Amino acid sequence: MKLFGHKPPTTAWVGLTIVGFNLLLALLGPFIAPYSESQSVGHTWDQGLIEIEIHNGFVFIWNTFGPWFGADPGDYVPTKGALILGADQIGRDMLSRLIYGARMTIGVALVTTVISFFIGITLGFAAAVLGSWVDILLSRLVDVILSIPLLIFALIILGVFGSSIPVLVLTIAFLDSTRVFRLARALGMNLTVLEYVEAARLRGEGTWWIMRREILPNASAPLFSEFGLRFCFNFLFVAALSFLGLGIQPPYADWGGMVRDNAGAISFGVLAPIWPALAISTLTVGVNLVVDWFLSIEARPSGAQAEM
Amino acid sequence: MSSSATNEVTGGDQRILAIKGLRIEALNGNVIVDNVDVNLKRGEVLGLIGESGAGKSTIGLAAMTYARAGVRITGGTIVIDGVSVRDLDAAGRREMRGRRIAYIAQSASSAFNPAHQIIDQVCEGPIVHGLMTKAEAQAWALELFRALDLPNPDTFGFRYPHQASGGQLQRAMAAMAMSCRPDILVLDEPTTALDVTTQIEVLILLKRLIKEYGTAGLYITHDLAVVAQVADRIKVLRHGKEIEEGTTNDTLHAPKMDYTARLVAVRGASEAERANPDTVKDDVILAIENCSAAYGPLTVVNGVSLTIQRGETVAVVGESGSGKSTLARVITGLLPPIAGRIAFKGEPLPKALKERTKDQKRIIQLVYQIPDVALNPRQTLGEIIGRPVHFYFGTSAEETRKRALELLKLVELPADFIDRRPMQLSGGQKQRVCVARALAANPELIILDEPTSALDPLVAEEVLKLLKRLQVELNLSYMLITHDLDVVHRIAHRTAVMLKGSFVAFDSTQRIFDGPYHPYTEKLVTAVPVMRTDWLESVLAKRAATASA
Repeated sequence: MKLFGHKPPTTAWVGLTIVGFNLLLALLGPFIAPYSESQSVGHTWDQGLIEIEIHNGFVFIWNTFGPWFGADPGDYVPTKGALILGADQIGRDMLSRLIYGARMTIGVALVTTVISFFIGITLGFAAAVLGSWVDILLSRLVDVILSIPLLIFALIILGVFGSSIPVLVLTIAFLDSTRVFRLARALGMNLTVLEYVEAARLRGEGTWWIMRREILPNASAPLFSEFGLRFCFNFLFVAALSFLGLGIQPPYADWGGMVRDNAGAISFGVLAPIWPALAISTLTVGVNLVVDWFLSIEARPSGAQAEM
Repeated sequence: MSSSATNEVTGGDQRILAIKGLRIEALNGNVIVDNVDVNLKRGEVLGLIGESGAGKSTIGLAAMTYARAGVRITGGTIVIDGVSVRDLDAAGRREMRGRRIAYIAQSASSAFNPAHQIIDQVCEGPIVHGLMTKAEAQAWALELFRALDLPNPDTFGFRYPHQASGGQLQRAMAAMAMSCRPDILVLDEPTTALDVTTQIEVLILLKRLIKEYGTAGLYITHDLAVVAQVADRIKVLRHGKEIEEGTTNDTLHAPKMDYTARLVAVRGASEAERANPDTVKDDVILAIENCSAAYGPLTVVNGVSLTIQRGETVAVVGESGSGKSTLARVITGLLPPIAGRIAFKGEPLPKALKERTKDQKRIIQLVYQIPDVALNPRQTLGEIIGRPVHFYFGTSAEETRKRALELLKLVELPADFIDRRPMQLSGGQKQRVCVARALAANPELIILDEPTSALDPLVAEEVLKLLKRLQVELNLSYMLITHDLDVVHRIAHRTAVMLKGSFVAFDSTQRIFDGPYHPYTEKLVTAVPVMRTDWLESVLAKRAATASA
């Protein structure tokens, strides 16, 4: 099967499946989640269908119907099986919160990345096309922002403006756009010197037209790959901010916040924080697999590799 | 000399290189070279000639059993001095390359590593192959530099590639190829990227090098006149197949196949054809007075004055770096002049592009040298040609498309090309699209910046004919920038010869070429290869005569 005129390798299919599954969860969240994201339906850290027990230095993995291996069925059995993935620190259904969290976490990261790319590409291309003082001004400004550690800068802004979702999205988008700016400017610089751009200039086309019609279509492939990567970074960044308590605020579920809220459960051998962490890591890996594939389409076989 | 793990193929003949039934395919299955035989005796030079895409470079590389990315050698035998190279393993082939057979690439400036001194790169081969010690290799390199007439041969090697000119680098690359004293040299368009005046120097030296060291050569080029000077035999290729092979004299004077006859005729045509004086009208379209232009502190154009009349073609010729392309940038407004006046039909034209009105931008159009980068690969021909129509005349989508179709017809492209993208076109077709885009603005003056130098001779011929026809039909004026005097001969009414930013001569083409010459004009004119096998010798003889006089 072909996608965009190319045959994806197995790894890309794995990535596409993961991304597709997550997008489906994000879109259909409220319809498939068994409970609401804010409703307490069980007790603190109720065990789910799968659990881990540590007895006398041995690790046992259980499910509802008894131990998978190794353990004595007559042993300690907590409440389990009512909620598939168990409950969180205040008894909310972990699975439902994961599903709602997909919508929130992916949504915020996606909106952030889109805004960040819009700002970054526009300004980056403008700097490349207009050159002279526009380029100098924008580039130095971006250098200044880039010189401040990302997380600290974000913490300051969120500390001042509070962490409502719009502020969060705009803050990350603004900070992230500096990275996109650098790439877009570099790509734009390579394209503006080409003669078809000069031809458009000679014709008298405006800057906006040149950016949109002459440069953007020819820079779209690397930008698209970068979009995947930046989405991952933003997604992890939202998760990190939530983990620090400055990200998405309760009662909304988001994966990073869920890891933090349930972190204490680790010491009791409860799996609660593992699920959101697993969700974060699989989606990141999935997106990266897809991006790798895009990048490999761009790259061509070279030299020794193609020698007979 | 050859490694032990080789299959000896029955030798006994004089052939140093014998390629038989060579077949090369792209990974997608397209056949690039089909059943080609190449036989090369010791000390002999075989010219491989054909248009781009004929597979000549591919054959040159295949002689070293190398295939470019995306291409595979799928059939045939390649025997170098009795050793079947295709049967060797990678180590055996590596042993062969550089030592028995060496390669000179077209663009020396991109073939050198900018981070290392030239001498180290020239000496790398013999040292890696264990043929010489470093001291021996350097001594040999100096001898080669001397043989190749490089300036200050003793210190030249210690320069970095950016400190040498294109012609010097091309010679240094010849030294690099000769460093292991190979039996065979593959010369892949070694002079194509050079100016005519530099080309002749490199050509003389290459010829001498091949003679002196008895090296066999595979000379790849698309220029029949160049290959005529160095090759003993010529093989003509087209679409990966052999058209014909014969001695150089036979190929030039009695070509067997129609295609070869056409190739030979391209050069010959220039004598008969001249620019049609009837197209020139009295009114002056463009007048430049005392224009100077500079990049920062570097003055590139110095006090140039020029007029172009309606329906007239004015050629500006000169070597690269003479400022002729800069002059075009000045006229278009891309580079505002630091001094001088530009007037269009008597009206002064603002110097900078952004000060010009839409109409002032419309009347002067530019056609670029390399059509591949002059067309946006992501737009269809309809968009490329239609945009100026819509932009300047505000036509509706339907009118724009109708006009684009008319323009395609005008440049002799089929109407169904309108939805194609530049990628799907050949070089000549792309250049036609560039012309159509320029015409879309209904211009009065078209600046042609080397419009045919990136094209194969037969294709260039067609494009020139098109330009001439359009001039008659639409009463256009052309300013032609070129280093190809042959093109000038054929379409220019008047010619300006440019040297170091100034005109050394500006007169009717006839008078420029009939003499008496300005010394620089003479140098330019005599440097253009003529389709005769003895041309290079006659130039050398003439030089010797003037030197002794």
